[in-house]
Amino acid sequence: MSNLSTAAYLVSSVLFILSLRGLSHPSTARRGNFLGILGMTIAIITTLANPGVFSYKEIGIAFIIGGLIGTSIAVRIQMTALPQLVAAFHSLVGLAAVFVAASAYYNPSAFNIGTFGSIPMGSLIEMSIGTAIGAVTFTGSIIAFGKLQGFVSGNPLVFKGQHFLNLILGLGIIALIVKFCIDQNQELFWLIVAASFVIGVLLIVPIGGADMPVIVSMLNSYSGWAAAGIGFTLSNNLLIITGALVGSSGAILSYIMCKGMNRSFLNVLLGGFGGEQAASADGVKDDRQAKQGNAADAAFMMKNSQKIIIVPGYGMAVAQAQHALREMGDLLKAAGADVRYAIHPVAGRMPGHMNVLLAEANVPYDEVLELDEINRDFSETDVAFVIGANDVTNPAAKTDKTSAIYGMPILDVENAGQVFFVKRGMASGYAGVQNELFFRDNTLMLFGDAKKVCEDIIKGLEN
Amino acid sequence: MSEISNQLENLSFKAQQIADEASQLASNVVETSGGHSDFIIFGITVLILACFVGYYVVWSVTPALHSPLMGVTNAISSVIIVGALLAAGPIDSTISKYFGLVAVGLAAVNIFGGFVVTNRMLSMFKKKQ
Repeated sequence: MSNLSTAAYLVSSVLFILSLRGLSHPSTARRGNFLGILGMTIAIITTLANPGVFSYKEIGIAFIIGGLIGTSIAVRIQMTALPQLVAAFHSLVGLAAVFVAASAYYNPSAFNIGTFGSIPMGSLIEMSIGTAIGAVTFTGSIIAFGKLQGFVSGNPLVFKGQHFLNLILGLGIIALIVKFCIDQNQELFWLIVAASFVIGVLLIVPIGGADMPVIVSMLNSYSGWAAAGIGFTLSNNLLIITGALVGSSGAILSYIMCKGMNRSFLNVLLGGFGGEQAASADGVKDDRQAKQGNAADAAFMMKNSQKIIIVPGYGMAVAQAQHALREMGDLLKAAGADVRYAIHPVAGRMPGHMNVLLAEANVPYDEVLELDEINRDFSETDVAFVIGANDVTNPAAKTDKTSAIYGMPILDVENAGQVFFVKRGMASGYAGVQNELFFRDNTLMLFGDAKKVCEDIIKGLEN
Repeated sequence: MSEISNQLENLSFKAQQIADEASQLASNVVETSGGHSDFIIFGITVLILACFVGYYVVWSVTPALHSPLMGVTNAISSVIIVGALLAAGPIDSTISKYFGLVAVGLAAVNIFGGFVVTNRMLSMFKKKQ
């Protein structure tokens, strides 16, 4: 590699770092994205100028086809479907890593790592690790995509001996890698790929739908490590730096999500949390009656309130209620109320999901606050309007040591003067725990589809 | 006489060829074994330092922009296209080249998809009027 191209790759790396740095504030974020595009352009042009690259025509065709597909998906996708889109994109990075590694294995001279059948040991180790991570990312992301999209049941799939099977497979892959590094046998290469595909599926099936934010972040991290692995094979610092950036970003996001649920990463990974089993264990015994209100009551009470905090959750996304909700908020503001939004770290199906949906509905970002910023204000708030969220407001997380969600940080909506819960029915939340708040004196349940309820309240406010 | 001189010429040519091959091999060995094992240490150094950079940069990202962060990281992890382009580069049509071309296509989906969707997300974030 010439010094010039090394320098150009360094420029790309710095641009990628700056592009992430830009995301520290919404006002600099778009410039950050632009710097990322610039960095990628420099990286691609530099590589095309490499003396070993000749087949510009075929490359151009592959690039344009891919680019058109990517662009047309990205401009059409609905913002509520972002989590599954991101999962699908991660799977492609994983698969691309497998293909690059396979290509390096069959034609090592294109990468300056010896010839077929006599690749140096170090390169073989890097290649096989990159392949394994890429393959796990590929199938794992496909399962995550299926769960988020609803192709695969969102319930955790658990069976006896699951973790033991994973352990055996994991050890098997390590053994295969060792053998491959000695023999350089092509069957072994594809066996590593196949076994990694299987373990990718097995790792994600036991994990429930609402734990997907952690999993999507984790797969984000994996796709970075796969890129770094390929970077070692190519002796290319740009890939290593970028891989490390993406890898640590995904890891930090998973950590934030786990902390938002007060669960360890291992606990999430082992799976089996939530779903029907947990619900039936706890939900039946309650025969207390929750107070039920209607949209007209809610409209009347909110119209006469000074301070209102709206707490959106995944239910809002499912019902596509963000636009109606913003309209409701605007009417309340026009009536003189102070309306703000409170976002729990694990609300939605990916980190920051709710913020994007509210931004899409034209809610200004300075009205949308994080848990730490707004939690104290609930006690001075007249109305807390909870729409499509449940577990993240459950006070049992603070008081009931036996609860599955004990220790999870919650939004203290119970401290507000009046709480409205927009819900489709009395079913318990993802964690399968009954929400104590439903039976409080200051709580009114508004049953129905989130969007419908908002529209009814809007009608009530307009009258 | 001319025959002998011809043979001599031939011999010296062959000797030259062998010398060339030897030096080629030697440089190959340096590149593949010696040069590469040096890179592993160097690469690990870069990897660890980059993890620290990533750690500090990502913690400074505001939680409201965590979805766009995933979009950008997803797009830039497709920098793997560098490897794909090198793999797809050679003229002769081998399986290895086709693998490379597929990888170029996959990475391109991600690059365009990732940056476009991130741009769409970011263009929606507006301040209070």
